[in-house]
Amino acid sequence: MTDKHLSTQFDAELSGISTRVLEMGGLVESQVAQAVQSLTNFDGEIAAIVLTTEQRVNAMEMEIDRDLSTIIARRQPTARDLRLLIAISKTITNLERIGDEAARIARTVKRLIKSGGSNHQRLPLSDLAFESELATAQLRKALDAFARLDVGKAIEVLKHDDLIDKEFEGLLRKLITYMMEDPRTISSAIDMIWVAKAIERVGDHAKNLAEVIIYIVKGTDVRHNPVEAVESMVE
Amino acid sequence: MDSKHTMDAKAGSPATVAPKLSVRNLDFFYGAFQALKGINLDIPKNKVTAFIGPSGCGKSTLLRTFNRMFELYPEQRAEGTVLLDGHDILKSREDVSLIRSKIGMVFQKPTPFPMSIYDNIAFGVRLFETLPRVEMDERVEWALKKAALWGEVKDKLNQSGSSLSGGQQQRLCIARGIAIKPEVLLLDEPCSALDPISAGKIEELITELKTDYTVVIVTHNMQQAARCSDATAYMYLGNLIEFGPTSELFMKPKKKDTEDYITGRFG
Repeated sequence: MTDKHLSTQFDAELSGISTRVLEMGGLVESQVAQAVQSLTNFDGEIAAIVLTTEQRVNAMEMEIDRDLSTIIARRQPTARDLRLLIAISKTITNLERIGDEAARIARTVKRLIKSGGSNHQRLPLSDLAFESELATAQLRKALDAFARLDVGKAIEVLKHDDLIDKEFEGLLRKLITYMMEDPRTISSAIDMIWVAKAIERVGDHAKNLAEVIIYIVKGTDVRHNPVEAVESMVE
Repeated sequence: MDSKHTMDAKAGSPATVAPKLSVRNLDFFYGAFQALKGINLDIPKNKVTAFIGPSGCGKSTLLRTFNRMFELYPEQRAEGTVLLDGHDILKSREDVSLIRSKIGMVFQKPTPFPMSIYDNIAFGVRLFETLPRVEMDERVEWALKKAALWGEVKDKLNQSGSSLSGGQQQRLCIARGIAIKPEVLLLDEPCSALDPISAGKIEELITELKTDYTVVIVTHNMQQAARCSDATAYMYLGNLIEFGPTSELFMKPKKKDTEDYITGRFG
């Protein structure tokens, strides 16, 4: 038996919508990278690009959502196909929220530039950049796992999530030390905490993507389980 | 393949409840051609069980063994066991019409008898019971109400059954089937000749009927099986491939063959 439907049109619709999810994923991935770059370089132009991209991401989410409804109404999908479409619906919600986090960072940068503050220069920006690299790598890996429907890779994403959490906690402790040493940094340190939190949320969304990939392939809902339990659930 | 298909407790059919129909090692032959191969399954009581599968997979054949309908044709034979409440109906010496009074059947095409709506219902009842007129009237009304047809025909009970629309005729046949108060109702493609509204009414009816009857339905329409059954069996080339709770079979089938069929990757 083949992996193709009797209806080639249905195959085209499913692969088309999957491709657009990946496109949207690529877009938000670069959005996050740009947002962090705009912060480390204190660059308002890049921040502006991030905010423009947000509109495109929002529009993509709505388009994909509309097409999902159409496919469900016309094809009455079951089993793996239905799971894929449900998973896509959740995936694009997560991707859109990643876009929101990137936009949040970009807005912070614009505000910092506007207020002319320079205290941020003394803050641990390289730690933020590192946290963001971890988060975007997770996102990239999750999108990769989605493209290949690769459960092994999805589980790797789940396993690595606590790296970002630990990095966030470390950063928080560091920022607290900065604030205690020099109260003039409090305002910008708080901004950094918001940014670090936003990046940490990106990691959480990547984790959610990984969970829905397991759902597509295995039909098992692994949410709210420790990663060790997930591994035995999908065996 | 599993040697025995039984619904587990999750199916809403606790293993403690005895199945209404149990099929064991059932083979079926049309002359030399084997149409069913070692079928084993338990049909839960007061549930709707659907059989799906491509044409020629044996689903209608299986249904026809449940009331020995195949015996009308000399070259057809069934080997194995079909237990109704533990009693083997294939080997039973009981009059076959008595078995059919317990296991009613409705066919793909509506088959109203060429008589009045009233007599269509009363005819079968008269074979098994002698009821006074008032009680017969009550029985006819009860059956027509059960089949959700009473409101549409109560003022024209003396008109011919064939004057009704296709959907009404099919509900008349269901009313006729339940009027004799069977225990099991077999439905062979009951909606394939009907428009979506009439089919919807029949599906609604099927769901209501299961409080009193064990319903077994053969359908080509997978969405119909998904909508109105509690358990679904997928058959292919005379084998039972998978049998399980409908919600699981359509969301997360255990066998790839089942998944390929229900997602339209068949062929």
